[in-house]
Amino acid sequence: MLSPEEWGIVALSLKVGGVAVLATLPIAFALAWLLARYRFPGRVVLDALVHLPLVLPPVVTGWLLLIAFGPFGPVGRWLESWFGVSLMFRWTGAALAAAIMALPLMVRAMRLSIEGVDRRLEGAARTLGATPWHSFWTISLPLALPGVLAALVLGFARSIGEFGATITFVSNIPGETRTLPLAIYSALQVPGGEAMVTRLALLSVALSLGALILSEYLVRRTHGGRQRYGD
Amino acid sequence: MAIDIDVAKRLGERTIAARFTAGPGLTALFGPSGAGKTSILNMVAGLVKPDRGYIRIGDRTLFDGAVDLPPEARRVGYVFQDGRLFPHRRVRANLTYGHDLAGPADRWMSLDEAAAFLGIGDLLGRWPHSLSGGEAQRVAIGRALLAGPEILLMDEPLSSLDAARRGDIMTVIERIRDELKLPILYVSHDRAEVDRLATQVVAIGE
Repeated sequence: MLSPEEWGIVALSLKVGGVAVLATLPIAFALAWLLARYRFPGRVVLDALVHLPLVLPPVVTGWLLLIAFGPFGPVGRWLESWFGVSLMFRWTGAALAAAIMALPLMVRAMRLSIEGVDRRLEGAARTLGATPWHSFWTISLPLALPGVLAALVLGFARSIGEFGATITFVSNIPGETRTLPLAIYSALQVPGGEAMVTRLALLSVALSLGALILSEYLVRRTHGGRQRYGD
Repeated sequence: MAIDIDVAKRLGERTIAARFTAGPGLTALFGPSGAGKTSILNMVAGLVKPDRGYIRIGDRTLFDGAVDLPPEARRVGYVFQDGRLFPHRRVRANLTYGHDLAGPADRWMSLDEAAAFLGIGDLLGRWPHSLSGGEAQRVAIGRALLAGPEILLMDEPLSSLDAARRGDIMTVIERIRDELKLPILYVSHDRAEVDRLATQVVAIGE
C-alpha cells in the first residue's frame, strides 16, 4: 500500500513524535503540578509562557528556536561547544519543535487531572503513616494517571501533525526532518503527487482520530477519587 | 493514656480554641455544627497547624512551640465523616495501606483479626465504590486500626448512615472502646449518640 519512501516518512514521524512527548512528559507534569497546586509570584506569567506556543504563529516559534538553537544562538553555541551537538537540520530539532508545540496541550490535560484529585485522600494517607512522597506515588499519581496518559496521547498526535515551527527551524530534509505533514506539503508541489498526498493524508486522519478517541477514553476513566458510596 | 490538649487557631473570622484532658475511653467533643470540632481533630492529626498551644499523648509531644510532628509520625488513627477510602485500591489494599507503613513493633492487630473484629472478611476483594455506607465505614475503621494508632479520632462517623446501620457501627465503636481499650476522640452534634458512647464529654461551643 505504502512505498518504502512513505514507510520511512511514517517511521520518522513516529520517532519524532515519540521522542518529543517522552522527553516532554516529566517537564509537562512538573509544570502541571506546579500550576495546579501552588500559588507563587510569577504564576500567571509562567502559565502564559506555557500556553504561548498554542496561540503564537508556529512560524514565529520556529524562528525563535532558530535564534536560540542556531550555531550562534545562546543555547545552540553552548550545546555545540560542550557536547558537539547541533539540532539544526536534524530530526532531534524536529522533535524539539514538536515538543514545544505539544507542551501546552499536555500541561492543560495533566493539570485538569491533577486538580481532579481529591486532596483529602492525601491527608488520609498521611494519617496512615505515608510521607508526602509516598502519598504522591501511591495516591495522587495513580489517581491522576488516566489524565497523564491522555495528555501523552494528545501530545503525541499534536507532535505528529507539527508543521510550521518544524519547517522553519529544521527545514524539510528527506529522511531527516520530513515528517508526515512536511511530506504532504512537498508532494503537493510535485506534479503527479496526488496519490501520495491522498495516502499520507488518510494516514494522518487515521492517526489523529485514533489518538483523540484513545485520549477521550482515558479521560473518562479518570475518577480522581470523588466517588460516593451507594447503598 | 491521657491526651492533653490546649490549642487555638484563627480561621477567617472566628477563633477555634479548646483545652481539655481526655482520659481512657471515649471522649466526645460535643457541640453545634460549625463550632470547630472537626478542626480540633485535624489539629490533633497534624493536618491543620494550631497557631499556639500544645498537644500531648501520654508523655509524647505531638505539637508545642518547638515540636510539630508530621501526621505520619503521630500514630493517630483518623476515621473521617465520609470514609475517604482510596477509590483505586480494593478493600484489602485500603486496609493494609497503613499496616504496611507501620513499624512491626507499632502494629497491634493483624489483617485477619481486623477483618474478624469488624465482620468485613468477605469484602476484601471489593472496590470501595461497590460498598454500602455502613460497609465503607467499617473498612475505614479497620484501615485506621491496622496502622497501629495510639488513639483514634472519629469525625461524626455515623452521620451518613441510616438508623439500622448506626446501631451496628455504634456497637463496633463500643467494642473498640471496651475490648481494644483504645482511647477515642469522637466528634458529634447528636445528643443520643453522645449519651450512649461517651465516657467523658467536652462541650465545644461558640
